This record gives sequence, C-alpha cells and structure tokens, in this order.
Amino acid sequence: MTAHTSGEDSARTSRRMFLVGGGVVATGLLVPWYFAGRGAPSAGIAATRGPGLSANAFVHVAPDDTVTVWLAKSEMGQGVYTGLTQILGEELDVDPRRIKVEFAPVDAAFNHPHVPMQFTGGSMSTNSSYEQLRKAGATARAMLVAAAARRWSLAAASLETTDGQVVGGGQRAKYGDLAIDASELAPPRDVTLKDPAKFRYIGRSLRRLDSPQKITGRAQFGIDVIRPDMAHAAIARPPMFGGAVRSVDDRAARAVAGVLDVRQIAAGVAVLATNTWSARQGRDALEIEWAPGAEPDFSLATLRTRYQALLREPGAIATNTGDAAAALGNGARSLDVEYELPYLAHACMEPLNCVAQVTEHSCEIWTGTQMQTADRDAAAALLGFKPEQVSIHTTFLGGGFGRRGNPRADFVLEAVELAKAAGRPVKVTWTREDDMRGGWYRPFGLSRVRAAVDAAGLPIAWLHTIAAQPVLRGTQFEGFIPPGAPDPTVAEGAADMPYAIANLRVEVHEGASPVPVQWWRSVGHSHTGFAVNGALDELAQLGGRDPLELRRALLAGKPRHLAVLNAAARRARWGEAQEPGHHLGIALQESFGSIVAQVAEVSVERGAVRVHRITCAIDCGFAVNPGGVIAQMESAVVFGLSAALYGEIGIEHGGAVQSNFDDYRLLRISEMPFVDTILVASDGPMGGAGEPGVPPVAPAVCNAIFAATGKRIRRLPITSSL
Amino acid sequence: MITLEINGARHELDADPAMPLLWALRDLAGLTGTKYGCGKALCGACTVHLDGEPVRACVTPLAAVEGRRITTIEGLSTDGSHPVQRAWTELDVVQCGYCQSGQIMSAAALLASAPKPSDADIDAAMAGNLCRCGTYQRIRAAIKRASELMEAPQ
Repeated sequence: MTAHTSGEDSARTSRRMFLVGGGVVATGLLVPWYFAGRGAPSAGIAATRGPGLSANAFVHVAPDDTVTVWLAKSEMGQGVYTGLTQILGEELDVDPRRIKVEFAPVDAAFNHPHVPMQFTGGSMSTNSSYEQLRKAGATARAMLVAAAARRWSLAAASLETTDGQVVGGGQRAKYGDLAIDASELAPPRDVTLKDPAKFRYIGRSLRRLDSPQKITGRAQFGIDVIRPDMAHAAIARPPMFGGAVRSVDDRAARAVAGVLDVRQIAAGVAVLATNTWSARQGRDALEIEWAPGAEPDFSLATLRTRYQALLREPGAIATNTGDAAAALGNGARSLDVEYELPYLAHACMEPLNCVAQVTEHSCEIWTGTQMQTADRDAAAALLGFKPEQVSIHTTFLGGGFGRRGNPRADFVLEAVELAKAAGRPVKVTWTREDDMRGGWYRPFGLSRVRAAVDAAGLPIAWLHTIAAQPVLRGTQFEGFIPPGAPDPTVAEGAADMPYAIANLRVEVHEGASPVPVQWWRSVGHSHTGFAVNGALDELAQLGGRDPLELRRALLAGKPRHLAVLNAAARRARWGEAQEPGHHLGIALQESFGSIVAQVAEVSVERGAVRVHRITCAIDCGFAVNPGGVIAQMESAVVFGLSAALYGEIGIEHGGAVQSNFDDYRLLRISEMPFVDTILVASDGPMGGAGEPGVPPVAPAVCNAIFAATGKRIRRLPITSSL
Repeated sequence: MITLEINGARHELDADPAMPLLWALRDLAGLTGTKYGCGKALCGACTVHLDGEPVRACVTPLAAVEGRRITTIEGLSTDGSHPVQRAWTELDVVQCGYCQSGQIMSAAALLASAPKPSDADIDAAMAGNLCRCGTYQRIRAAIKRASELMEAPQ
C-alpha cells in the first residue's frame, strides 16, 4: 500500500469512518496516511527503547533477544493484545507467545492508517492494522536477515528465518545477536509479505496472551494506577444534565479523616483524600446548592412527545430509492408502526477513572482510553501546552464499548484540571452511580416505519423516519458528515439495509436534548437493527410469509448474506419441531463490514421471557484469530441481551433515574443462553468483530417472543413492554 | 491501628474500622487485584475469601475482618496455578478481565465446597458476579474443567 488508496478503498474507508464505535477526527482533510513499516520511530519513541533494532514504531528487537510490540490499539476485552501480536509475530517470524506487548504512547506513528488519529473503535482494529503490522514485522525481519548476510558474507536470499533466528550456510544467529548490526542498516523500501498458505499464527485460534495477568490480578487497569504522593479524588457532580454549582459548604467535608483538600472544578466539587473511601466520605459531607440546567424539568416523556411530533414531519433524507410514498398506496397491505429504543449506559465493569500529574512543563495521564489523540489535544488545550508536552500511559480497559473514547475527553480533562490545581498526582475514581448517571449514553430514539407488501406478500415500499440525537454532530467529528446530509450514525443500518425493496426512503430528524450521547457498541445499528428486523417480521406476517423465507427472497442477489442467514437457520433447525414451548425468531444485520444472522430460541411463561439459545452466524471475511471472533459473538449476545431485556436509562427532572446494577440490570450467568457461533468462511474483505454481533440480538429475541405469544415488542426493554 | 492477615501476611493499617475492606486492600495495602464495581454487593467484582468463604469486600467493614484470614486473588496461588486459574486460561475465559478476579474467587470458593458442582450450583454461586463482556458461557465450562483438574493427580 502507498500513500494513495484506490477509489474503491477510499469509498470503503470513508464509509467506515461513519461507522465509528470509537470515533475519527474531523478535519475535513481526509489525508490517507500510512506508516509504511519502514519509517523510523519519532525521536520521542526512539529515546525510550534503548539499544537494538527499532525498525519502525511498532517493533523492537533488543540485544538480549527480547522482542517487543507496541500496540496502537487499546485492549478492552476484544482481544487485540493477542490478535495484533499474532500479525506482527507472523511476519517477523517470532512466536507471538514470547513477544512482549506494550501499549503505545500517543504519537502520530500510531495513528490509524487513514485517519490522523490514534483511537480504538469502529470494530476496525484488526482490519486497519493488518497490513500495517505485517509490513512492520516483515521490515524488521528483512533487516535482521540483511545483517546476518553481511556478517556471514552470504546472499540474503540464501538465508531463512525460523522462530527468532536467522539460519543459512551452516550458520545460525538469534535475532538479538543481530539486532545492533541490523539497526545500522537502512530499512528496505519494499518488503515481501509471507504467502498466506505458509501462515503459522495468523488464522489460528491462539489462546489469549493477556490471560496470565488477568487471572492473577496483575493486569493493570486505570483504576489500579498508583503514583508517588498521589491523592485520591471523588467528585460531587450535578444531579441534572447541564447543572452547575451555585454554592458549596465544605466545612464538614474537610473535617473527615483523611480528607486533604476540596476544590471546585468544571465537573463539580472534588474532594481529595489519602484514600478513595475518605474522599467519598468527604464528598457525602459536602453541602452543595446546584443551579439547574437549561431544562430543569426535562424528562424522557418530554423528549418522546417531541420526537413523536417530528415523526409526522419530513426529515433530512438519508436514502431515497424509487418512490416510497407513492408505492405505499399501491400495496395490497400496509403497516404504520413505531419502534422506540431507550437511552443506554455503557456500564463498563471498571467505572471511569483517570490519574493525572501536571508540572510546569508537562502533563502525564494514566488511563484506559479509546482515544489517545483527542485526550492529549484536549489536555494540551486546557493547560495551554503543546501536544508533545502531554503524554498518555494507556492501561488495560475494564470494558470500553465506546464510552472510553469520549469526544470531550470528559473523564480525562477533569483529572488534569484537578491535578493542576492540587499540584500533585491525582486519581479520580467515579462511583458506579457517577458512571451510570453521567450521560454520554446510546441515544434514545424513535423509528416510524410505513411499509407495504404486494399481493404476493413481498415488500414494495419502506418509508422509515428516525428521530434520535446525532453522535457526530456538534463534536470535532462533524466534518465527517457529508454536507447537507443527516448524521450518518442515526440512519446507518436502515439507509443501507441489504434487503431488496424497490422503493426505500429513510429520513432523519436529528433530535436535541440536554442529555449527552455517544457511540455505544454498534452505534446506530443498535437502533436500526431492531426497527428494521422487527418491521420486516411484521411485513412477513402481513404478507403471509415465513420470516426466514421472506428474508431469503429479499437477499436473493447477495450470496454472502444468504450464506450467513442459512447457516444460522439450519443450525437452529428453523422450520422443524422445537422443544415444547420453545419458539424461534431471526434477525440479520450487516455492520462494520461483517454480516451477522442470529436465531433466538425463547420461551415465555406467565410473562417471563427465557432465552435458551442464540445461534449466531458471522461472515467477517478472513479471521486473524477465529477463536477471538467466536468470543466476541458470545460477548455481543450478552451485551445485546442485557439491553433487550433490561436496559433503560430514564430521565426525570433533567437527570438520569438509574444509578447502579440494582436498577440497571445486566444479564447474569443464571440467565445466560447457550450461544452457538458459526464462522461462515468467505473471501470478502476483512470486517469487524467487536460490534456486529450486537444489533441482531434484540430483534431476534422479540421476533421469537412474537412467535411464542403473538405480541409485538416495539419498545425496549422487553421487561417494560411485556 | 488495625491488624489484618491478608494472604498469610500481617498488615498493620492505620484506618477507620468502618472503612470497607475493598479500599483498605486497594489503597492501603496496595493489593489492586480486587476490584471496585458497584460498592453495594451487586456485582461481585470485589469478591475475596474470609476464612475461606466468599464475601464482597465493598460492603465488609474492617471491623468485621480483624483477626480473620483474608485471601485475595493475589493469594489464591503464587503463579496462577490454582485449578480455576488453569481452567480459565485453557478455555480463554477472560475478555476485558476486570471482573475476573471476583469470578475466580467465587468459583474457587464454590469448588472448595462442591468439588463437582451442578449447573444449578454454578448458577447459585456465580449469579452475584456480573461480567459485562459476557464470559458466562466460558465461566460455566471452566468451572467444570477446574473440577476435573482438581480431581486429576497432580
């Protein structure tokens, strides 16, 4: 690959950019940028690496034979720690299990290949790093071979490598023994990548490389960082969105044992103490009068009413094929239904936190983040620093799901502000309640679908109007919204639905609310996947067709989609007798470059839903670590099922209603269905794995509930609708 | 001063007896393997053993644990060789890993009292441990695998 991408690649890339579960920077200047695997690391990086071969920013071979990879992507459970190391190890020809893995500092060398930004999201980590890391490994390998050739006076072409050694001409040398010599050579301009038929690690289900740390409690998450002289902070935050401190009486808080200081910052009132518990005791002792936000009585009911009115107005056009409005009147039968999805919290098991230390000339940040570049730039702007004066130490993330890539760097900036004020390192740890009530949710949204089927029961018109807050609009990512078009995160998955419906029109109303929203694992697809798959099942019923058979008919020209759909249906024994009382529902969604179909097996007894099994088929193109893809499908099912069954953030008096896991329920092991995952092989382009498994879960389960009870669930969560 | 026995070692801590064990472990003893998740015994991320029984450290005050034997994830084994840890590695249970200290401590306590747990035993013992990444299917399988490993001659 060069600095130029083909037209097709560019189109694909810019499309992907809208599918961000973790964001892209909005500059309007989409400069395809590629670290070709042969440039030298920046001076700042090189200085930290000591002697040896730093062939590029990603890999270092030390004289003691230690091989280190720097990951530009954050490990939040999705498995990049293993998968990306596999890619590098393959081309370097070193067993990934003996490669030391480090999280990269924030540096342009670690930007996404096509986006001038370092971030983890959009289910892009593996596919965007694939060629980059292969070249990085191959370049280092070529330099080690060249060093051996020179030392032994042999032709490089006569030498081979085998698991960290160069061999040939009766000689043998470890990479470490060649590292200094190799570091004096110029990196080759071009390197030959391995023939995939000879892969030893890529394409294999290598066990997770981070397990040893994570089963012993040694893995360091942001919340575990301890710095010398560090103060622990708890912040009293406004109980409503847009609220602010009017007055504070901190006398009682300062009297709490262990409390060091109380500081008012933009986020609220911070209590600093010698330990977390004292900081929280101090926080509870604060007496604060809050000034409400612009809409003190704002509630979800208010927003629902506004959106319902909007659904009766024409919106901005996301897609328009044929004439859906006219065709609606020509159908044999039609429907007009509304689907509603609630605000949802990410609810990472590790509550948000950040450690910061600010001196006169530098700022150091330790946190689990999905968006290093934005965090660094925001911190630099706050402090009046140059970006290079800010460094970020990325830790393991105790879940991310989009929340740890905040467009405002919210959880980072407050720690930076506080550390500067305190003049010492500070760790801010959010309580679960802070985290749950802190906003940046999956948007609440309504979909109105008007559709019609012809006499044969085939859909001929689909007019879909969506009202939801945009995720990109109003952020630094706004430049990625095409001029005049609606925010693509609202209609993705509906505007580009794979079903062949001749007259399709999707309109968007970008809603507004005091509640801040953000990407949440699968972004707009978490909304449209439910509305499209639900309404499609309703059309099947309307036209007297089987839901699977109708989907087959509408996907007739799409062999990859059909293969996935059929794989799931066959494994779930669709159309065959099920256990007594068990019923099936099906859904399919293409998102983040992958196609996923799921069949839910459900029973409903006295209003209680039990999901027994989810059969999940995915075509993600080539899988670097098939076991990792399977794990992501299991993960996505649980994530999607928690949302479908229980997930709901209500808004009253301008603030969130829910606060902890008692009123924001997550699926527990006793409710876990068996997840049966099928990887459907294809030669399609490499897609994502982290997010695409989420969107089909809720509609598959609700379609199964319909099969069981005849009741349509059009508003999530299910427990509030049944 | 409060004296605690954590993982076989004595710790003298200058702390309020009302402080939950979780924060004493993490902030005072520097044992960060035990995690904060909810503060209300709703998620199980802070599970430790108190005289071999699983407890939620976030709601257990120091006053209640003085003189008793506390085991944290750091003390379950010195090298990750406890059968539960081995099974967890073998079946690739972890994802983000944040809840796994608590999951492993709950599973180890279950197997200590029920070496061959049924699915119902697993549900009862593990339903208090949330995992947002959704590793439940593998947790169930790994508990059964750990049961086999415990039975096998070492």
